[in-house]
Amino acid sequence: MIPASLVTFLGAFFATPAGILVLTVLKALAILAPLLTAVAYLTYAERKVLAAIQLRRGPNVVGPFGLLQPFADAIKMLLKETIIPAGANRVLFLLAPMLTFALAMLAWAVVPVADGWAIADINVGVLYLFAISSLGVYGIVIAGWASNSKYAFLGALRSAAQMVSYEVSMGFVLVSVLLCAGSLNLTEIVRAQQHVWFCFPLFPMFVVFFISTLAETNRAPFDIPEGESEIVAGFFVEYSSMAFGLFFLGEYANMILMSTMTSIMFLGGWYGPFGLLPQLGPFWLIVKICALLFVFIWVRGTFPRYRYDQLMRLGWKVFLPASLLWLVLTAGTLLAFGWLPRA
Amino acid sequence: MAFLDRTARGLLMGELLSGMALTFGYIFRRKVTINYPYEKGPLSPRFKGEHALRRYPNGEERCIACKLCEAVCPAQAITIEAEPREDGSRRTTRYDIDMTKCIYCGLCEEACPVDAIVEGPNFEFATETREELLYNKDKLLANGDRWEPEIARRLELDAPYR
Repeated sequence: MIPASLVTFLGAFFATPAGILVLTVLKALAILAPLLTAVAYLTYAERKVLAAIQLRRGPNVVGPFGLLQPFADAIKMLLKETIIPAGANRVLFLLAPMLTFALAMLAWAVVPVADGWAIADINVGVLYLFAISSLGVYGIVIAGWASNSKYAFLGALRSAAQMVSYEVSMGFVLVSVLLCAGSLNLTEIVRAQQHVWFCFPLFPMFVVFFISTLAETNRAPFDIPEGESEIVAGFFVEYSSMAFGLFFLGEYANMILMSTMTSIMFLGGWYGPFGLLPQLGPFWLIVKICALLFVFIWVRGTFPRYRYDQLMRLGWKVFLPASLLWLVLTAGTLLAFGWLPRA
Repeated sequence: MAFLDRTARGLLMGELLSGMALTFGYIFRRKVTINYPYEKGPLSPRFKGEHALRRYPNGEERCIACKLCEAVCPAQAITIEAEPREDGSRRTTRYDIDMTKCIYCGLCEEACPVDAIVEGPNFEFATETREELLYNKDKLLANGDRWEPEIARRLELDAPYR
Protein backbone atom coordinates (compact mmCIF):
# COMPACT_ATOMS: atom_id res chain seq x y z
CA MET A 1 0.00 0.00 0.00
CA ILE A 2 1.00 3.63 -0.46
CA PRO A 3 2.14 5.17 2.84
CA ALA A 4 -0.12 7.90 4.25
CA SER A 5 2.71 10.47 4.33
CA LEU A 6 3.23 10.03 0.59
CA VAL A 7 -0.47 10.55 -0.04
CA THR A 8 -0.51 13.80 1.94
CA PHE A 9 2.70 14.95 0.25
CA LEU A 10 1.30 14.26 -3.21
CA GLY A 11 -1.98 15.91 -2.29
CA ALA A 12 -0.14 19.07 -1.22
CA PHE A 13 2.18 18.94 -4.26
CA PHE A 14 -0.61 18.63 -6.78
CA ALA A 15 -2.25 21.76 -5.32
CA THR A 16 0.79 23.90 -6.13
CA PRO A 17 1.07 25.50 -9.62
CA ALA A 18 3.95 23.19 -10.53
CA GLY A 19 1.99 20.22 -9.26
CA ILE A 20 -1.01 21.16 -11.36
CA LEU A 21 1.24 21.36 -14.41
CA VAL A 22 2.74 17.94 -13.67
CA LEU A 23 -0.73 16.50 -13.10
CA THR A 24 -1.99 17.92 -16.39
CA VAL A 25 0.94 16.46 -18.27
CA LEU A 26 0.33 13.09 -16.61
CA LYS A 27 -3.36 13.25 -17.55
CA ALA A 28 -2.46 14.13 -21.12
CA LEU A 29 -0.04 11.20 -21.24
CA ALA A 30 -2.71 8.92 -19.79
CA ILE A 31 -4.87 9.76 -22.80
CA LEU A 32 -2.17 10.04 -25.48
CA ALA A 33 -0.19 6.89 -24.77
CA PRO A 34 -3.20 4.55 -25.14
CA LEU A 35 -4.43 6.67 -28.04
CA LEU A 36 -1.22 6.35 -30.03
CA THR A 37 -1.09 2.63 -29.31
CA ALA A 38 -4.68 2.41 -30.48
CA VAL A 39 -3.77 4.31 -33.65
CA ALA A 40 -0.90 1.90 -34.30
CA TYR A 41 -3.14 -1.11 -33.86
CA LEU A 42 -5.94 0.47 -35.85
CA THR A 43 -3.68 0.40 -38.89
CA TYR A 44 -3.02 -3.26 -38.14
CA ALA A 45 -6.72 -3.97 -37.64
CA GLU A 46 -7.55 -2.21 -40.87
CA ARG A 47 -5.07 -4.27 -42.83
CA LYS A 48 -6.28 -7.49 -41.22
CA VAL A 49 -9.98 -6.80 -41.72
CA LEU A 50 -9.53 -5.62 -45.30
CA ALA A 51 -7.43 -8.70 -45.95
CA ALA A 52 -10.11 -10.93 -44.47
CA ILE A 53 -12.78 -9.34 -46.64
CA GLN A 54 -10.58 -9.88 -49.70
CA LEU A 55 -9.78 -13.48 -48.69
CA ARG A 56 -6.17 -12.58 -47.91
CA ARG A 57 -4.24 -13.10 -44.71
CA GLY A 58 -2.93 -9.61 -44.04
CA PRO A 59 0.29 -8.89 -42.12
CA ASN A 60 1.43 -12.13 -40.47
CA VAL A 61 5.21 -12.09 -40.59
CA VAL A 62 6.41 -9.60 -37.96
CA GLY A 63 5.74 -11.14 -34.56
CA PRO A 64 2.94 -13.59 -33.74
CA PHE A 65 0.01 -12.98 -36.14
CA GLY A 66 1.96 -9.97 -37.40
CA LEU A 67 1.18 -8.13 -34.18
CA LEU A 68 4.47 -6.22 -34.26
CA GLN A 69 3.81 -4.91 -37.77
CA PRO A 70 2.78 -1.39 -36.59
CA PHE A 71 6.12 -1.02 -34.83
CA ALA A 72 8.03 -2.22 -37.87
CA ASP A 73 6.13 0.35 -39.91
CA ALA A 74 6.87 3.10 -37.39
CA ILE A 75 10.57 2.30 -37.34
CA LYS A 76 10.69 2.20 -41.12
CA MET A 77 8.96 5.55 -41.31
CA LEU A 78 11.28 7.18 -38.79
CA LEU A 79 14.38 5.94 -40.60
CA LYS A 80 13.36 7.24 -44.01
CA GLU A 81 14.57 10.52 -45.40
CA THR A 82 12.23 13.52 -45.31
CA ILE A 83 12.22 14.84 -48.84
CA ILE A 84 11.16 18.45 -49.33
CA PRO A 85 10.31 19.22 -52.95
CA ALA A 86 12.34 22.03 -54.52
CA GLY A 87 9.29 24.17 -55.25
CA ALA A 88 7.66 23.68 -51.86
CA ASN A 89 7.16 26.29 -49.22
CA ARG A 90 9.43 24.74 -46.59
CA VAL A 91 7.87 26.25 -43.48
CA LEU A 92 4.28 25.47 -44.39
CA PHE A 93 5.25 22.13 -45.87
CA LEU A 94 6.62 20.99 -42.53
CA LEU A 95 4.00 22.80 -40.48
CA ALA A 96 1.02 21.08 -42.14
CA PRO A 97 1.60 17.52 -40.87
CA MET A 98 2.38 18.83 -37.40
CA LEU A 99 -0.85 20.82 -37.46
CA THR A 100 -2.90 17.83 -38.56
CA PHE A 101 -1.37 15.60 -35.91
CA ALA A 102 -1.57 18.18 -33.13
CA LEU A 103 -5.21 18.94 -33.86
CA ALA A 104 -6.09 15.26 -33.87
CA MET A 105 -4.52 14.97 -30.40
CA LEU A 106 -5.87 18.27 -29.08
CA ALA A 107 -9.51 17.29 -29.43
CA TRP A 108 -9.09 14.53 -26.87
CA ALA A 109 -8.82 17.06 -24.02
CA VAL A 110 -12.60 17.22 -23.62
CA VAL A 111 -13.52 13.59 -24.25
CA PRO A 112 -15.06 12.01 -21.15
CA VAL A 113 -13.81 8.44 -20.97
CA ALA A 114 -16.03 7.70 -17.98
CA ASP A 115 -18.17 9.77 -15.64
CA GLY A 116 -15.89 12.65 -14.63
CA TRP A 117 -12.86 11.26 -16.46
CA ALA A 118 -12.18 14.15 -18.79
CA ILE A 119 -9.03 16.26 -18.78
CA ALA A 120 -11.06 19.41 -19.34
CA ASP A 121 -14.72 19.03 -18.43
CA ILE A 122 -15.71 22.29 -20.10
CA ASN A 123 -19.31 23.34 -20.67
CA VAL A 124 -18.81 23.97 -24.40
CA GLY A 125 -17.24 20.58 -25.10
CA VAL A 126 -19.21 19.93 -28.27
CA LEU A 127 -18.32 23.33 -29.64
CA TYR A 128 -14.66 22.74 -28.84
CA LEU A 129 -14.67 19.32 -30.53
CA PHE A 130 -16.42 20.73 -33.55
CA ALA A 131 -14.04 23.68 -33.77
CA ILE A 132 -10.97 21.47 -33.54
CA SER A 133 -12.21 18.99 -36.10
CA SER A 134 -13.06 21.87 -38.44
CA LEU A 135 -9.55 23.24 -38.04
CA GLY A 136 -8.29 19.88 -39.26
CA VAL A 137 -9.00 20.96 -42.82
CA TYR A 138 -6.25 23.57 -42.50
CA GLY A 139 -3.59 20.92 -42.17
CA ILE A 140 -4.78 19.38 -45.40
CA VAL A 141 -5.18 22.63 -47.33
CA ILE A 142 -1.79 23.91 -46.20
CA ALA A 143 -0.18 20.59 -47.11
CA GLY A 144 -1.74 20.63 -50.54
CA TRP A 145 -0.79 24.20 -51.23
CA ALA A 146 2.72 24.10 -49.79
CA SER A 147 3.62 20.96 -51.78
CA ASN A 148 3.44 22.99 -55.00
CA SER A 149 2.22 19.95 -56.91
CA LYS A 150 -0.93 19.66 -58.96
CA TYR A 151 -2.09 16.40 -57.47
CA ALA A 152 -1.59 17.66 -53.95
CA PHE A 153 -3.38 20.86 -54.80
CA LEU A 154 -6.34 19.02 -56.34
CA GLY A 155 -6.52 16.78 -53.29
CA ALA A 156 -6.49 19.77 -50.97
CA LEU A 157 -9.23 21.52 -52.94
CA ARG A 158 -11.42 18.45 -52.89
CA SER A 159 -10.77 17.88 -49.24
CA ALA A 160 -11.58 21.46 -48.30
CA ALA A 161 -14.87 21.40 -50.21
CA GLN A 162 -15.80 17.98 -48.85
CA MET A 163 -15.02 18.62 -45.21
CA VAL A 164 -16.76 21.97 -45.18
CA SER A 165 -19.86 20.52 -46.87
CA TYR A 166 -20.27 17.67 -44.43
CA GLU A 167 -19.61 19.81 -41.39
CA VAL A 168 -22.79 21.74 -42.12
CA SER A 169 -25.06 18.72 -41.85
CA MET A 170 -23.01 17.35 -38.96
CA GLY A 171 -23.64 20.64 -37.20
CA PHE A 172 -27.39 20.26 -37.60
CA VAL A 173 -27.27 16.67 -36.39
CA LEU A 174 -25.36 17.80 -33.33
CA VAL A 175 -27.91 20.53 -32.67
CA SER A 176 -30.69 17.95 -32.51
CA VAL A 177 -28.61 15.94 -30.06
CA LEU A 178 -28.01 19.07 -28.01
CA LEU A 179 -31.73 19.80 -27.96
CA CYS A 180 -32.36 16.37 -26.47
CA ALA A 181 -29.49 16.59 -23.99
CA GLY A 182 -29.93 20.23 -23.03
CA SER A 183 -26.21 20.79 -22.63
CA LEU A 184 -23.02 21.35 -24.61
CA ASN A 185 -21.02 19.54 -21.97
CA LEU A 186 -20.04 16.09 -23.21
CA THR A 187 -20.39 14.53 -19.76
CA GLU A 188 -23.91 15.93 -19.47
CA ILE A 189 -24.77 14.65 -22.95
CA VAL A 190 -23.77 11.14 -21.95
CA ARG A 191 -25.66 11.42 -18.64
CA ALA A 192 -28.78 12.39 -20.58
CA GLN A 193 -28.55 9.01 -22.32
CA GLN A 194 -28.53 6.97 -19.15
CA HIS A 195 -31.92 5.43 -19.98
CA VAL A 196 -32.31 5.84 -23.74
CA TRP A 197 -29.37 6.17 -26.07
CA PHE A 198 -29.91 8.92 -28.60
CA CYS A 199 -29.31 6.54 -31.50
CA PHE A 200 -32.85 5.15 -31.00
CA PRO A 201 -35.02 8.28 -31.05
CA LEU A 202 -32.64 10.01 -33.46
CA PHE A 203 -31.84 6.97 -35.59
CA PRO A 204 -31.83 8.71 -38.99
CA MET A 205 -29.57 11.38 -37.56
CA PHE A 206 -27.28 8.70 -36.20
CA VAL A 207 -26.91 7.28 -39.71
CA VAL A 208 -26.42 10.74 -41.23
CA PHE A 209 -23.84 11.56 -38.58
CA PHE A 210 -21.94 8.33 -39.09
CA ILE A 211 -21.81 8.75 -42.86
CA SER A 212 -20.73 12.37 -42.39
CA THR A 213 -17.89 11.24 -40.13
CA LEU A 214 -16.73 8.98 -42.96
CA ALA A 215 -16.61 12.04 -45.20
CA GLU A 216 -15.10 14.18 -42.48
CA THR A 217 -12.19 11.79 -41.95
CA ASN A 218 -11.69 11.34 -45.72
CA ARG A 219 -12.41 7.66 -45.44
CA ALA A 220 -13.70 5.39 -48.18
CA PRO A 221 -16.14 5.71 -49.91
CA PHE A 222 -15.50 9.44 -49.53
CA ASP A 223 -11.72 9.25 -49.90
CA ILE A 224 -11.56 11.37 -53.03
CA PRO A 225 -9.08 13.83 -51.44
CA GLU A 226 -6.52 11.03 -51.50
CA GLY A 227 -8.05 8.85 -54.24
CA GLU A 228 -5.03 6.72 -55.17
CA SER A 229 -6.26 5.79 -58.61
CA GLU A 230 -6.79 9.34 -59.85
CA ILE A 231 -4.63 11.80 -57.93
CA VAL A 232 -2.04 9.34 -56.55
CA ALA A 233 -2.33 10.15 -52.84
CA GLY A 234 -4.00 13.54 -52.93
CA PHE A 235 -2.78 16.19 -50.58
CA PHE A 236 0.14 14.18 -49.22
CA VAL A 237 1.71 12.92 -52.46
CA GLU A 238 4.88 14.87 -51.83
CA TYR A 239 5.31 13.77 -48.24
CA SER A 240 7.68 11.08 -47.11
CA SER A 241 9.08 9.69 -43.90
CA MET A 242 7.68 10.94 -40.60
CA ALA A 243 6.02 13.96 -42.20
CA PHE A 244 3.83 11.47 -44.00
CA GLY A 245 3.68 9.44 -40.80
CA LEU A 246 2.17 12.38 -38.94
CA PHE A 247 -0.58 12.69 -41.55
CA PHE A 248 -1.19 9.00 -41.26
CA LEU A 249 -1.34 9.12 -37.47
CA GLY A 250 -3.56 12.18 -37.64
CA GLU A 251 -5.98 10.50 -40.02
CA TYR A 252 -6.32 7.41 -37.88
CA ALA A 253 -6.50 9.43 -34.65
CA ASN A 254 -9.31 11.39 -36.30
CA MET A 255 -11.09 8.16 -37.10
CA ILE A 256 -10.89 7.15 -33.45
CA LEU A 257 -11.97 10.63 -32.40
CA MET A 258 -14.98 10.59 -34.69
CA SER A 259 -15.96 7.13 -33.46
CA THR A 260 -15.66 8.40 -29.91
CA MET A 261 -17.78 11.41 -30.78
CA THR A 262 -20.44 9.15 -32.29
CA SER A 263 -20.32 6.90 -29.22
CA ILE A 264 -20.72 9.86 -26.90
CA MET A 265 -23.43 11.63 -28.86
CA PHE A 266 -25.51 8.63 -29.87
CA LEU A 267 -24.42 5.41 -28.20
CA GLY A 268 -24.53 6.45 -24.57
CA GLY A 269 -20.78 6.87 -23.97
CA TRP A 270 -19.74 4.84 -20.94
CA TYR A 271 -23.19 3.34 -20.25
CA GLY A 272 -23.65 -0.31 -21.03
CA PRO A 273 -26.74 -1.49 -22.93
CA PHE A 274 -29.84 -1.58 -20.65
CA GLY A 275 -27.72 -0.20 -17.80
CA LEU A 276 -25.69 -3.42 -17.73
CA LEU A 277 -22.51 -3.54 -15.62
CA PRO A 278 -22.13 0.19 -14.89
CA GLN A 279 -18.80 -0.49 -13.12
CA LEU A 280 -17.19 -1.33 -16.48
CA GLY A 281 -17.47 2.36 -17.50
CA PRO A 282 -14.60 3.12 -19.89
CA PHE A 283 -14.71 -0.44 -21.17
CA TRP A 284 -18.15 0.10 -22.66
CA LEU A 285 -16.92 3.24 -24.40
CA ILE A 286 -13.95 1.37 -25.81
CA VAL A 287 -16.19 -1.45 -27.04
CA LYS A 288 -18.43 1.05 -28.81
CA ILE A 289 -15.46 2.85 -30.36
CA CYS A 290 -14.02 -0.44 -31.59
CA ALA A 291 -17.36 -1.47 -33.08
CA LEU A 292 -17.63 1.84 -34.94
CA LEU A 293 -14.03 1.59 -36.14
CA PHE A 294 -14.77 -1.86 -37.44
CA VAL A 295 -17.68 -0.42 -39.40
CA PHE A 296 -15.33 2.27 -40.77
CA ILE A 297 -13.03 -0.44 -42.10
CA TRP A 298 -15.90 -2.66 -43.20
CA VAL A 299 -17.39 0.18 -45.23
CA ARG A 300 -14.00 0.75 -46.82
CA GLY A 301 -13.84 -2.91 -47.76
CA THR A 302 -17.31 -2.80 -49.31
CA PHE A 303 -17.98 0.36 -51.28
CA PRO A 304 -16.25 1.90 -54.27
CA ARG A 305 -15.23 5.54 -54.15
CA TYR A 306 -17.94 8.14 -54.65
CA ARG A 307 -17.67 10.43 -57.61
CA TYR A 308 -17.08 14.04 -56.67
CA ASP A 309 -20.45 15.42 -57.80
CA GLN A 310 -22.24 12.51 -56.09
CA LEU A 311 -20.45 13.35 -52.89
CA MET A 312 -21.49 16.98 -53.09
CA ARG A 313 -25.05 16.01 -53.99
CA LEU A 314 -25.28 13.69 -51.00
CA GLY A 315 -23.93 16.33 -48.64
CA TRP A 316 -25.94 19.31 -49.81
CA LYS A 317 -29.09 17.85 -51.33
CA VAL A 318 -29.74 14.88 -49.07
CA PHE A 319 -28.03 15.21 -45.71
CA LEU A 320 -28.50 18.94 -45.21
CA PRO A 321 -32.28 19.01 -45.85
CA ALA A 322 -32.74 15.71 -43.98
CA SER A 323 -30.88 16.88 -40.91
CA LEU A 324 -32.61 20.25 -41.01
CA LEU A 325 -36.01 18.56 -41.24
CA TRP A 326 -35.20 16.20 -38.42
CA LEU A 327 -33.95 19.10 -36.32
CA VAL A 328 -37.26 20.91 -36.72
CA LEU A 329 -39.09 17.66 -36.02
CA THR A 330 -37.05 17.03 -32.87
CA ALA A 331 -37.52 20.55 -31.61
CA GLY A 332 -41.25 20.41 -32.35
CA THR A 333 -41.71 17.06 -30.63
CA LEU A 334 -39.76 18.12 -27.56
CA LEU A 335 -41.75 21.33 -27.30
CA ALA A 336 -45.14 19.77 -27.99
CA PHE A 337 -44.76 17.06 -25.34
CA GLY A 338 -42.95 19.30 -22.88
CA TRP A 339 -39.88 17.02 -22.95
CA LEU A 340 -37.38 19.85 -23.27
CA PRO A 341 -34.57 19.18 -20.81
CA ARG A 342 -34.25 21.85 -18.14
CA ALA A 343 -30.64 22.95 -17.80
CA MET B 1 -44.77 6.34 -57.82
CA ALA B 2 -41.54 5.17 -59.34
CA PHE B 3 -39.84 8.21 -57.86
CA LEU B 4 -41.26 7.52 -54.40
CA ASP B 5 -40.30 3.87 -54.65
CA ARG B 6 -36.77 4.71 -55.68
CA THR B 7 -36.38 7.35 -52.99
CA ALA B 8 -37.72 5.08 -50.26
CA ARG B 9 -35.37 2.31 -51.29
CA GLY B 10 -32.49 4.77 -51.36
CA LEU B 11 -33.27 6.08 -47.90
CA LEU B 12 -33.57 2.59 -46.43
CA MET B 13 -30.13 1.81 -47.89
CA GLY B 14 -31.15 -1.75 -48.68
CA GLU B 15 -28.56 -2.17 -51.39
CA LEU B 16 -25.80 -0.72 -49.26
CA LEU B 17 -26.67 -3.03 -46.39
CA SER B 18 -26.87 -6.14 -48.55
CA GLY B 19 -23.46 -5.20 -49.97
CA MET B 20 -22.07 -4.94 -46.48
CA ALA B 21 -23.63 -8.26 -45.52
CA LEU B 22 -21.86 -9.83 -48.47
CA THR B 23 -18.44 -8.52 -47.50
CA PHE B 24 -19.07 -9.49 -43.88
CA GLY B 25 -19.71 -13.05 -45.00
CA TYR B 26 -16.42 -13.08 -46.84
CA ILE B 27 -14.51 -12.43 -43.60
CA PHE B 28 -15.21 -15.99 -42.49
CA ARG B 29 -14.37 -17.74 -45.73
CA ARG B 30 -11.22 -19.71 -46.24
CA LYS B 31 -8.26 -17.52 -47.15
CA VAL B 32 -6.80 -18.06 -50.59
CA THR B 33 -3.38 -16.64 -49.76
CA ILE B 34 -0.46 -19.02 -50.23
CA ASN B 35 2.25 -18.23 -47.74
CA TYR B 36 4.73 -18.26 -50.61
CA PRO B 37 8.24 -19.19 -49.60
CA TYR B 38 6.82 -21.75 -47.17
CA GLU B 39 3.82 -22.93 -49.18
CA LYS B 40 3.76 -23.30 -52.94
CA GLY B 41 1.00 -23.66 -55.44
CA PRO B 42 0.79 -26.68 -57.77
CA LEU B 43 2.78 -26.57 -61.04
CA SER B 44 1.66 -28.09 -64.30
CA PRO B 45 3.97 -30.78 -65.78
CA ARG B 46 4.19 -28.44 -68.75
CA PHE B 47 5.38 -25.50 -66.68
CA LYS B 48 8.16 -23.73 -68.55
CA GLY B 49 10.79 -22.67 -66.08
CA GLU B 50 14.58 -22.66 -65.98
CA HIS B 51 16.35 -24.54 -68.76
CA ALA B 52 18.35 -27.69 -68.27
CA LEU B 53 20.47 -29.94 -70.52
CA ARG B 54 19.77 -33.61 -69.85
CA ARG B 55 22.03 -36.66 -69.99
CA TYR B 56 21.44 -40.31 -70.79
CA PRO B 57 21.39 -42.66 -67.83
CA ASN B 58 24.98 -43.67 -68.64
CA GLY B 59 26.12 -40.08 -68.15
CA GLU B 60 26.51 -39.22 -71.84
CA GLU B 61 25.06 -35.83 -72.70
CA ARG B 62 22.05 -35.99 -74.99
CA CYS B 63 22.67 -32.90 -77.07
CA ILE B 64 23.94 -33.75 -80.55
CA ALA B 65 24.51 -30.14 -81.65
CA CYS B 66 21.83 -30.20 -84.34
CA LYS B 67 21.19 -26.52 -83.60
CA LEU B 68 17.44 -26.85 -84.14
CA CYS B 69 16.82 -25.05 -80.87
CA GLU B 70 19.13 -22.26 -81.88
CA ALA B 71 17.32 -21.97 -85.19
CA VAL B 72 13.83 -22.02 -83.71
CA CYS B 73 14.50 -19.70 -80.80
CA PRO B 74 12.40 -16.59 -81.52
CA ALA B 75 14.38 -14.48 -79.10
CA GLN B 76 17.72 -15.72 -80.46
CA ALA B 77 18.80 -16.44 -76.92
CA ILE B 78 20.66 -19.66 -77.74
CA THR B 79 24.21 -19.76 -79.12
CA ILE B 80 25.75 -23.10 -80.09
CA GLU B 81 29.18 -23.99 -81.42
CA ALA B 82 30.06 -27.57 -82.26
CA GLU B 83 32.90 -29.78 -83.52
CA PRO B 84 33.59 -33.53 -83.52
CA ARG B 85 34.85 -35.00 -80.28
CA GLU B 86 37.92 -37.35 -80.18
CA ASP B 87 35.65 -40.40 -80.50
CA GLY B 88 34.14 -38.89 -83.66
CA SER B 89 30.70 -38.05 -82.25
CA ARG B 90 29.31 -34.60 -82.78
CA ARG B 91 29.00 -32.58 -79.57
CA THR B 92 28.67 -28.94 -78.63
CA THR B 93 31.74 -27.05 -77.50
CA ARG B 94 29.59 -24.17 -76.49
CA TYR B 95 25.91 -24.06 -75.50
CA ASP B 96 24.87 -20.66 -74.12
CA ILE B 97 21.42 -19.41 -73.23
CA ASP B 98 20.97 -15.76 -72.45
CA MET B 99 18.22 -16.00 -69.83
CA THR B 100 17.64 -12.26 -70.05
CA LYS B 101 16.60 -12.73 -73.69
CA CYS B 102 14.64 -15.95 -73.26
CA ILE B 103 10.86 -15.54 -73.42
CA TYR B 104 10.14 -19.03 -72.03
CA CYS B 105 8.10 -20.06 -75.08
CA GLY B 106 9.33 -23.65 -74.91
CA LEU B 107 10.05 -23.93 -78.65
CA CYS B 108 13.60 -25.17 -77.97
CA GLU B 109 12.13 -28.03 -76.00
CA GLU B 110 9.67 -28.79 -78.82
CA ALA B 111 12.37 -28.65 -81.47
CA CYS B 112 14.85 -30.95 -79.71
CA PRO B 113 14.93 -34.41 -81.38
CA VAL B 114 16.67 -36.06 -78.40
CA ASP B 115 14.89 -34.34 -75.47
CA ALA B 116 18.19 -32.75 -74.46
CA ILE B 117 17.15 -29.18 -73.79
CA VAL B 118 14.08 -28.92 -71.54
CA GLU B 119 12.45 -26.23 -69.48
CA GLY B 120 12.30 -27.53 -65.94
CA PRO B 121 10.03 -26.79 -63.01
CA ASN B 122 12.39 -24.28 -61.38
CA PHE B 123 11.30 -20.65 -61.48
CA GLU B 124 13.28 -19.42 -58.47
CA PHE B 125 16.57 -18.59 -60.16
CA ALA B 126 16.70 -14.84 -59.62
CA THR B 127 20.22 -13.48 -59.42
CA GLU B 128 21.84 -10.32 -58.17
CA THR B 129 23.78 -9.60 -61.33
CA ARG B 130 22.88 -9.73 -64.98
CA GLU B 131 25.98 -11.78 -65.82
CA GLU B 132 24.75 -14.67 -63.71
CA LEU B 133 21.81 -15.02 -66.08
CA LEU B 134 24.06 -15.70 -69.08
CA TYR B 135 24.04 -19.49 -68.78
CA ASN B 136 26.76 -21.63 -70.34
CA LYS B 137 26.89 -25.32 -71.03
CA ASP B 138 28.28 -26.23 -67.60
CA LYS B 139 25.49 -24.40 -65.83
CA LEU B 140 22.83 -26.01 -68.02
CA LEU B 141 24.25 -29.51 -67.54
CA ALA B 142 24.43 -28.89 -63.80
CA ASN B 143 20.78 -27.87 -63.87
CA GLY B 144 20.00 -31.07 -65.72
CA ASP B 145 21.76 -33.17 -63.08
CA ARG B 146 20.02 -31.30 -60.29
CA TRP B 147 16.49 -31.49 -61.68
CA GLU B 148 16.63 -34.82 -63.59
CA PRO B 149 14.28 -36.80 -61.28
CA GLU B 150 11.69 -34.03 -61.43
CA ILE B 151 12.12 -33.52 -65.19
CA ALA B 152 11.77 -37.24 -65.88
CA ARG B 153 8.58 -37.38 -63.82
CA ARG B 154 7.12 -34.38 -65.65
CA LEU B 155 7.95 -35.85 -69.07
CA GLU B 156 6.30 -39.08 -68.09
CA LEU B 157 3.16 -37.28 -66.85
CA ASP B 158 2.94 -35.23 -70.02
CA ALA B 159 3.80 -38.09 -72.43
CA PRO B 160 0.17 -39.21 -73.06
CA TYR B 161 -0.67 -35.76 -74.40
CA ARG B 162 2.27 -35.39 -76.77
